[in-house]
Amino acid sequence: MASPPSSSSSSASTGDEKPHVLAVDDSLLDRKLIEKLLTNSSCKVTTAENGQKALELLGLGDDGQRTFNGDASKVNLIITDYCMPGMTGYDLLKKIKESPTMKDIPVVVVSSENVPTRIKKCLDEGAQEFIMKPLQLSDVKKLRCQLTKFSNPHNGMLCMGR
Amino acid sequence: MDVMSQLRRQLLEHTAFLRKEGFLDDQFEQLQKLQDENSPDFVVEVVSIFFEDSEKLLNNMAKALEQKIVDFKQVDAHVHQFKGSSASIGAMRVKNVCIEFRNYCEAQNVEECFRCMQKLQYEYVLLKNQLEYLFRVEQQIRAAGG
Repeated sequence: MASPPSSSSSSASTGDEKPHVLAVDDSLLDRKLIEKLLTNSSCKVTTAENGQKALELLGLGDDGQRTFNGDASKVNLIITDYCMPGMTGYDLLKKIKESPTMKDIPVVVVSSENVPTRIKKCLDEGAQEFIMKPLQLSDVKKLRCQLTKFSNPHNGMLCMGR
Repeated sequence: MDVMSQLRRQLLEHTAFLRKEGFLDDQFEQLQKLQDENSPDFVVEVVSIFFEDSEKLLNNMAKALEQKIVDFKQVDAHVHQFKGSSASIGAMRVKNVCIEFRNYCEAQNVEECFRCMQKLQYEYVLLKNQLEYLFRVEQQIRAAGG
C-alpha cells in the first residue's frame, strides 16, 4: 500500500531541522496569524513588529550585535508586510539585499493591496515573491516546500504529495 | 436529541447563517482550521485582538473626524488598518464598509465619511454580538465534554 509521502512528514529531511522564518508585520493580529500558519507548517518562527527590530534580529541593526548566532538559528526565510509605518517592507527588503551577509536569504513581501507598480518594484529589488494578504495555509505550504527544495534537492519529493 | 447534539447543531447553523448573510467569509474558516490541540483557543484569541484593535481604531476615526480641519490622510490610515484586520479574520461586511469609507476619504467628503463611520460602528457591533454568541455556544459544548 504505497502512498505518496505527505508534505508534513519530516523523517527523511536533513537533520529534521525546521526552517527558521522571520515574520515582520506591525499588526499584532497578523503576526499571530502568520506565526500559526508557519508553526502549523513545521517552521520555527520569530516575529518582529517593525523593520528596525527585524534588522536588529538579523544583526544588521545600529548596535551591530547579532541576536541569532550560529548556524542553528540561521534565518531561512523572511516574510514582511509591505505597509508598515516608518520603514516599509520595501525599505527592509532593500536593506537586506544590500547586506553581504543577508542578501541570499529569500524575502517574501505580503500586502493587502494589489498594486502592480508596487509588486514590480519589490520583485525588481529581489523579493522572491509578492503574496496578497490574508496569507493562506496553501501559500505557506508552498513556501515551505520551496525552502526544502533549495536546501536539499533530494527532498523535492516531499512536495509532490500536495 | 441530546444536549450535545443540539449545541453542535446550533453552532453549525449559526456559522452557516453568518456565512450566508455575509458577516463572515472563507477567511474565518481558515482561522478555524488553524485551531488545534496546540492552540485550542486560537480563534477566540485572534478575534479578541480584533475586538481590541477595532475599538481603538473606531475611537481614533471619530476623533479625527471631529477636528475642525479634518486630516483625511489620518482617517484613511485608521480605516486602512481596520480593513486589514477585518480581512484577516474574514469579517466581510466590515471590510466592505472600510473599502467604501476609503473612497470617501480620498474624495475628502466629511459628510459621507461620517456616514461610513456610523455604518462601520453598526456593522462592527453586529458582528461582535454574533461572534460572542458563537463563542458562548462553543464554550457550552466544551463544558458539556465536547
